[in-house]
Amino acid sequence: MEIMMAIIAGFLFSAATYLILSKSLLRIIIGTGLLSHGTHLLLLTMGGLGGNKPPVVGEGVTVADYADPLPQALILTAIVIAFGVTAFALVLAYRTYQEIGTDNMDHMKGRGEID
Amino acid sequence: MKLINLVVLPIIVPLLIGTVLLLFRNNLTVQRIGGIVGALLTLVISVVLLTKVYTDGIQVVTLGSWDAPFGISLVSDMLSVLLVTSSSLITFVVLWYSVYALGEERERFFFYPAVLFMLSGINGAFTTGDIFNLFVFFEVFLMASYVLIALGGKRIQLRESMKYIIVNIVAAALFVITIGYIYSVAGTLNMADLSVKLGEIGSMGVISTIAIMFLVVFGIKAGIFPLYFWLPGAYYAPPLPVLALFGALLTKVGIYSIARVYTLIFTTDVAFTHDILMMLAIATIIFGSIGALAYMDIKKIIIYNIVIAVGVILFGFAAFNTTAVTGATLYLVHDMLVKALLFLMIGVLILITGKTNLREMGGLIRHYPTLGWTYLVAVFALAGIPPLSGFAGKILIIQGGLEGGFVWQSIVVAASTMVVLLSAIRIFIYAFWGSEKPFQVPPKKTYSQYMAPVLVLFALAVGYGLFIEFLTPYFLEAGRQLMDPSFYVNAVLGGNN
Repeated sequence: MEIMMAIIAGFLFSAATYLILSKSLLRIIIGTGLLSHGTHLLLLTMGGLGGNKPPVVGEGVTVADYADPLPQALILTAIVIAFGVTAFALVLAYRTYQEIGTDNMDHMKGRGEID
Repeated sequence: MKLINLVVLPIIVPLLIGTVLLLFRNNLTVQRIGGIVGALLTLVISVVLLTKVYTDGIQVVTLGSWDAPFGISLVSDMLSVLLVTSSSLITFVVLWYSVYALGEERERFFFYPAVLFMLSGINGAFTTGDIFNLFVFFEVFLMASYVLIALGGKRIQLRESMKYIIVNIVAAALFVITIGYIYSVAGTLNMADLSVKLGEIGSMGVISTIAIMFLVVFGIKAGIFPLYFWLPGAYYAPPLPVLALFGALLTKVGIYSIARVYTLIFTTDVAFTHDILMMLAIATIIFGSIGALAYMDIKKIIIYNIVIAVGVILFGFAAFNTTAVTGATLYLVHDMLVKALLFLMIGVLILITGKTNLREMGGLIRHYPTLGWTYLVAVFALAGIPPLSGFAGKILIIQGGLEGGFVWQSIVVAASTMVVLLSAIRIFIYAFWGSEKPFQVPPKKTYSQYMAPVLVLFALAVGYGLFIEFLTPYFLEAGRQLMDPSFYVNAVLGGNN
């Protein structure tokens, strides 16, 4: 199962990289979304997939055979942050499109001398 | 009163005051007073914390009383509290300056809350003892910095902020990946615990890989070679008060994080990890120097000087002995003060001339002698001419470099002083000397309003150099704590909390 997850994460990373390297702003933002999905899957896998083991140590459950709940807490935090940042990036991209009139990154080059 | 939660206050206070300020969006007076008072209050608290850390040793708070390796601990050692104090100080001065320099339409759109949130995130990043919590605080101040860089919605700002955000999103993803790796290797995220666990594992290929990944993640923030590509463009876009905050504070969080993980956690394979850090530091200095000399634009010149300073400070941490690390800490605080000062002065120059290109300026010394001479002294401080503040740090960094046997690297660091001096003094020569070029005469009142915070910060920066003797014990303590992780580890894991 871990190998499966690693492959999925890797696939998400490659798709994200492809999208981030494209010229359209919207594609880049979708790419960053995929990138964070891949990251979260990787984080989940890195903590070890617990299957149906209980997530707390208690009676009859030792440290040796319990599912580590920490990665899920981390992912939850990371998802919220990624959500916020993506929302902000989308709004900013829309505003940029309105102001500059393009969503092509090639047209956003510049030496910084305008206004 | 026993203030056991003192460590939390520099994070909580700006956060709370910023939140309250969100409610009073239309009242500009409340915004200004609230912003300045918030920063000042944070400064006072951090000074109290500084004296406490100095007398009582490293301060630790475990949040919710969950014991150290399990809960999140906040740790104030000497390095972190020194940086918290100088960040709060600089935020205070820059907010004071912003009242006059930023322009009302920007102030009305949550400028002060955003700066306070950024201060909260920065102080949190300096204080936290948990590597995932460090990521969270990174995102807190980055989110605030996204707002600040886009605030005002000028074309150049939107264009550059888009790139800035994308670079940082990718860096954040890398950060989480690296945290995932280190968690799978060590099974813990507490920095003190990581230090112990990785020390037990010893030198191992995967740990060196993780160390380099952290270097990449933090290097993007700090602006080391070759990851500083986004920095000159992004920092050029926002208005000067914001630029001063970014230039003085944001890259320093990256440097701090590198310093923290490379002195506390990844100390088992120094020959590999610190050598790479050393090479990158030298390359950063060289490429920053080229940039600083190449431009005739006053903002760009000082922005590239940030890059040079990043290299010099990281050289100190890469040399990895007590002398160099103490020097790097000294230089870090010096650089924060002087960079903020220079950016604010450049703001005054732009107010007077209305331009940023040096070729269109000249002969200002007859009309603005105070600005001219203080600028010259600030440049000397930046370059590190004794007895000004850059000298003590740089001499210790070079001495430590020589002790560590990094001879030619130390020579590069020493030579970079000349480049810094040359690049920054060109502004003095072109703008203040020479034949008079036309400039707008700003009202005398506006000029003195701009100059008041500048002169206060100037006095502080010069004082930091002249009275360095009184401050040295703090920095020696910081160097001692950094070079011996057992202080940090014992305070967090075996301490009395």
